[in-house]
Amino acid sequence: MNKIVSLKNIVVGFDDEPVLNGLSLDIHDKEFVTFLGPSGCGKTTTLRVIGGFVQPKSGNVFFNGQDITNFPPYKREVNTVFQKYALFPHLNVYENVAFGLRLKKMDEREIRSRVSEMLEVVGLKGFERRSTTNLSGGQQQRVAIARGLVNHPKVLLLDEPLGALDLKLRKEMQLELKRLQQAMDITFIYVTHDQEEALTMSDTIVIMKDGNIQQIGGPIDIYNEPENAFVASFIGESNIIDGIMLRDFSVEFAGNAFTCVDKGFAHNELVQVVIRPEDIQVVPAIRGQLTGVVKDVIFKGVHYEMHVEQAGYEWIIHSTQASEPGELIGMCIGPDEIHIMRRSEG
Amino acid sequence: MIRKKSLSAPYLVWMVLFIAAPLAIVVYYALTDKSGNFTLENLMTIGRYSSVFARSLILAAIATVICLVLSFPVSYFLSRLRASKQKIMLMLVMLPMWMNFLLRTYAWMSLLENNGIINRLLGLIGLGPFQMINTSGAVVLGMVYNFLPYMILPLYTAMTKIDDSIIEAAQDLGAGTIKTLLRVLLPLSAPGIATGITMVFVPSVSTFIISRMLGGGANLLIGDLIELQFLGNSYNYNLGSAMSLVLMVIVLLCMSFTNGFDDEDMEGVV
Repeated sequence: MNKIVSLKNIVVGFDDEPVLNGLSLDIHDKEFVTFLGPSGCGKTTTLRVIGGFVQPKSGNVFFNGQDITNFPPYKREVNTVFQKYALFPHLNVYENVAFGLRLKKMDEREIRSRVSEMLEVVGLKGFERRSTTNLSGGQQQRVAIARGLVNHPKVLLLDEPLGALDLKLRKEMQLELKRLQQAMDITFIYVTHDQEEALTMSDTIVIMKDGNIQQIGGPIDIYNEPENAFVASFIGESNIIDGIMLRDFSVEFAGNAFTCVDKGFAHNELVQVVIRPEDIQVVPAIRGQLTGVVKDVIFKGVHYEMHVEQAGYEWIIHSTQASEPGELIGMCIGPDEIHIMRRSEG
Repeated sequence: MIRKKSLSAPYLVWMVLFIAAPLAIVVYYALTDKSGNFTLENLMTIGRYSSVFARSLILAAIATVICLVLSFPVSYFLSRLRASKQKIMLMLVMLPMWMNFLLRTYAWMSLLENNGIINRLLGLIGLGPFQMINTSGAVVLGMVYNFLPYMILPLYTAMTKIDDSIIEAAQDLGAGTIKTLLRVLLPLSAPGIATGITMVFVPSVSTFIISRMLGGGANLLIGDLIELQFLGNSYNYNLGSAMSLVLMVIVLLCMSFTNGFDDEDMEGVV
């Protein structure tokens, strides 16, 4: 696939505090890419570098192969949906959406048809003359999205656009954004700290921490094959324990040897093992590969979350069947459910 | 409701005693002659002074425009500073206002005099002397100097409400510096501009100290003319009242113009 945006060794610092440390990244055309990470990881800064609002200290930004590092925002073929919507309070819905087209000195009839088409797409037909300040959060968000998309940008940047909405609306908008991205057939670059949001919408997820990329991959890859403990703990809940790779396809952890599907590690290499809570099977104690005592059970709706103590380690298990606190249970882990990572610091 | 209303009683008394009653007296004198008979002659006579009225309006308008042009970038700069720095910078803007108005204007007198500091300094490098005092330029300078903070403050207040992201959104949608200024910054600052214009124009158009001290006899303004009717040799408080009344109407017209502009452009902002 064609690279639409490329970042090469981007360095950004505010007040001598490094924010991005030589970040390099290629973004492919027509993908839904999400920058995911905790606050302060540099995800918004990366987005602002692409938008032209942050000038990197060094490094280059390429757009369709052209170096646009020194281009001001208004010369870039990208549009942004801002975190707090940033609608123009002195203009009504129609004029907000038409803003970019008017600057391009477009013909009035063309503007009208494109604005009404876009308002229809985001479900705000009939809102043209409304003041933006009387709209609900979700409606304002739609105006902001329409205002960006109406310019037919090749890339739309979205900076935590759903952060201020309530859960139900957020879920609706997630699906709608994904639908929009596919309908418009352009690249979306989306910033969020919500891992579920990232998993729901993205083709590619870029996980960041402290100004560095931790892992790039599709949602399934990142969930099932986290590259390090940070990614594993940030995407969903995980049991992460130290282990030793005995040989190919065999790993020892929690005082027991397990069969796994990983190979290519050194003999007796120290590794970390990731096991998702829903991948641990609860069995009667005598049949378990490991046995532990249930400490507590929490009802979570679809499943129960149990904390099980085994040889000083507390396992998290998700199961549709509840065990009793204090009960001795057995745990089984299949070879496919064991994910081996090289030992990372911290 | 009633209890809340009663809270405004002290001000109501104040208003009647010191605003409504004097206004009535001004209207009464404006429409009577020395012996107390009704007449429109005072108002008719004002036509003779139309050049003074015109000069007042023009000089005040020039001073207001200069204040606006000077204040706009300063206010924007102030509103983008960090909160802690904003306070210090605002203090610096207000600092001249803490000094006595007369003192400040006297200071300009000695600066602008024919053998004042500026002319002497220019003389050192072989320039001048220039006639600066007793010109209409000096009057405008005095107005701008004294009333500039009244333009900066309301503009600054309006601009602090403009989020950075709104400016960024304009740039993102393709607006360069000029377009961002015209299409976003200016309309969103409109309430501050309207207030600032009123707060500079009204005192400028009615000033008499500045014109007397910096403008000499040749730059008489309405304020001076009115003062002459009450304290000067002409001593005709009927005519003075009529002049005050006309000035008030002019100011009212100006204010309704700026407020109208304000309402129209800022619909739905608050």
